[in-house]
Amino acid sequence: MSVWATLNRTVFKRTSTFALAVASGTFFFERTFEVASQSIFERINKGKLWNDIKHKYE
Amino acid sequence: MAAAVGRICGARLFRNTGIVGPQVCQLSTSSQGWTRNRKLLLSTLGVVGGGVGALLFALEQSVQASGSEAHPPHQPWSHDGWFQSLDHASVRRGYEVYKQVCRACHSLQYIAFRNLVNVTHTEAEAKAEAAEVMIKDGPDEEGNYFERPGKLSDYFPSPYPNENAARAANNGAYPPDLSLIVSGRKGGEDYIFSLLTGYMEAPAGIVLRDGQHYNPYFPGGAISMAQSLFDEAAEYSDGTPPTASQLAKDVATFLRWCSEPELDDRRLMTIKAIGMFSMLAAVAYYFKRHKWSTMKSRKLAYKPVSKK
Repeated sequence: MSVWATLNRTVFKRTSTFALAVASGTFFFERTFEVASQSIFERINKGKLWNDIKHKYE
Repeated sequence: MAAAVGRICGARLFRNTGIVGPQVCQLSTSSQGWTRNRKLLLSTLGVVGGGVGALLFALEQSVQASGSEAHPPHQPWSHDGWFQSLDHASVRRGYEVYKQVCRACHSLQYIAFRNLVNVTHTEAEAKAEAAEVMIKDGPDEEGNYFERPGKLSDYFPSPYPNENAARAANNGAYPPDLSLIVSGRKGGEDYIFSLLTGYMEAPAGIVLRDGQHYNPYFPGGAISMAQSLFDEAAEYSDGTPPTASQLAKDVATFLRWCSEPELDDRRLMTIKAIGMFSMLAAVAYYFKRHKWSTMKSRKLAYKPVSKK
């Protein structure tokens, strides 16, 4: 039995587990996406952001 | 608008055709083409829309040679580009320039000291900056107004109590508030930089009144503000050599931040939007392929009618 079928049977078939999967999936997706975007932004702008220069003033 | 859509689509909008119906309709040659009126309306719409677009493009691309002012050349700002944030070290130096030079005449009334925190200054530094200025406050218990050292929540104090006082002190010219000046002037920070570094002797034939100076980047050429940025006109706390162009560049960057404090957030949002919309585009593409798979993979078989 494939992974997909197992997942379908155990999670997606029942509304309660499906809703839970949606909620937790949203949470993890949002965190991953946010952290990834932020790190791309910080890598592009390395040296220009406040976080890069604040050590001089603390 | 609704009427135009109604004329183009007619009653077809309201007809229930099922799911497969529209696709068959579009592919079949048996359905009727556009009527004369609909063709006329659509071609008029197309011509008018295209003409307006071309006109806007032409106006934007015009050389604008009728005015007498020089057009500021574009400078390579470190925050130019889709993903480029502001250079916060430059913004901090620009604040020092504003504080030492510009503040004598120009207000910055929409920026508060708390806005500096975690942008150019630490919280302790911003508090110290605020405490350096005196803020008019009151009334106290006896109804008197009084002065107190600034707090983080205070906005930058204006050099003059009102516009009339500012005009009276400056030969009738009003030094504009700088909070939104970069967004408010054509050319943005390029204009600010060119204006601050572009002072020169008035060419022959230009008559300047008392207290006026010549600046080719200022509309009309006669500006009441004297050149204020010279080499070492201000001091930098981080040791950057304070040449006139460095001062102008930093203060222009600072004023860009004042006009658009959300610039960094917008750049980050661009990255997020590209990521999110590319995922949604992949889903939409898959969904389209999925829905069309029946149409694309079908076979039509024609049975010849056998003759008797």
